[in-house]
Amino acid sequence: MGTPVEPQYRKRIGYQAMLLGGFSTLATALLVAGNIATKDVIAERQREDMLASLSAVVPAGNYDNNLLENPLTLERPDGKPLSVYRGTRGNQVTSMAYEISGQGYAGEIRLIMGLDAQGKVLGVRVLSHTETPGLGDKIEVEKDNWILAFNGLSLGNPPREKWRVKKDGGQFDAFSGATITPRAVLKAIEDGLVFHQENNAALRQPPVINTDTVTRSGVNSYEQ
Amino acid sequence: MSSDYGRIAKDGIWNNNIVFAQALGLCPLLAVTGTASNGLGMGLASTVVMIASGLLISLFRGIITPQVRIPVFVLIIAVLVTLVDMFMNAWMHDLHKVLGLFIPLIVTNCAILGRAESFASRNNILPSLFDGLMMGVGFTMVLVMLGAAREVLGSGTLFANAALLLGQWASFMELTLIPDYKGFPLIILPPGGFVVLGFLLAGKRLVDRVMSNRQKRVTTPQDSATATPT
Repeated sequence: MGTPVEPQYRKRIGYQAMLLGGFSTLATALLVAGNIATKDVIAERQREDMLASLSAVVPAGNYDNNLLENPLTLERPDGKPLSVYRGTRGNQVTSMAYEISGQGYAGEIRLIMGLDAQGKVLGVRVLSHTETPGLGDKIEVEKDNWILAFNGLSLGNPPREKWRVKKDGGQFDAFSGATITPRAVLKAIEDGLVFHQENNAALRQPPVINTDTVTRSGVNSYEQ
Repeated sequence: MSSDYGRIAKDGIWNNNIVFAQALGLCPLLAVTGTASNGLGMGLASTVVMIASGLLISLFRGIITPQVRIPVFVLIIAVLVTLVDMFMNAWMHDLHKVLGLFIPLIVTNCAILGRAESFASRNNILPSLFDGLMMGVGFTMVLVMLGAAREVLGSGTLFANAALLLGQWASFMELTLIPDYKGFPLIILPPGGFVVLGFLLAGKRLVDRVMSNRQKRVTTPQDSATATPT
């Protein structure tokens, strides 16, 4: 390559090992530098994203604290940790939001659900999904109003057996051409409401403002 | 020298276009071209990687031996793509949310390794930079054409979310061509990408044939009747 006559030393295995090693070192150094330069900005952007989706499901005026502060970590039924973000006013928990998920047609559907202290749905939004564009993506609020139908409902209202799509004898509409997607969303919301009921005591415990003494009570201890 | 650059430009944009002539890079191509804006974003990101990899590889070509060139090229390209991914996540976050899944796919774009192997490793820095730019422009052009065609047919809009990509001033580009369009999911889904790409490729062949017929007619007017090569 380049020069027509290859110098002898380049054919040695040592030279080639050095070359590969040198480039790997250089690559590592570049990646470390890139990571240092972008790490804080990316973390800040992710906080903004989280805050934006939280404020979509918990109406402003419902709380007077920073929702991202003092998240409560509980254990989901499958054993994984779940962060609950709480809105408080006057040391009373007025609202909370946490992630719920269901198995859709083409993969996991991740949603965030906001509830008031009594377990009434304040709002549900899709965080990510891989459903079919044009059919299953009507669960996005940008595409359709469907997801707003859950606002104001709770575990007893409507009764449990009505938490189904109409096709399954429930009271919720499905989209033409896509039944699995709304079914999955319904199931996720129902599971999320059951989770609220089961962890009611822990969820309503007001967050301790002094973070030095970790006295968080909950099913799970504080995880970092 | 100038004719050399002219040839590089022609090769990159038309004659040896990554998609039209080499049929490379189809994986990112079909994955992101649901809208023209996504195509543009992906094209620009690929162009940056191609220019930078052309620069680095032509810079180091004197010390890289043929035996280890492929791992070194792959390493350079992978580092560049990772850096582009990080920088976009930090400073073009909204676009990164749309394209994020596909940025790592740039590394699988064999066109980049192909240009490293067949051009940058054999040429000086300036021609390599220019080749990267022109190949990138040609790739971007196809991505935008494909994205625009699929977006108009599939969703009835054009350049939706362009403001995410280019900033607020670009919002005038966001058109709704067919109001109350119910959508045509097939075109948005990957099979639609293949179908539209097929039409684009056929269109390119057609233009090439018309051009070569015209050229033949100019040089040998009496043979024009028989000049239809296939």
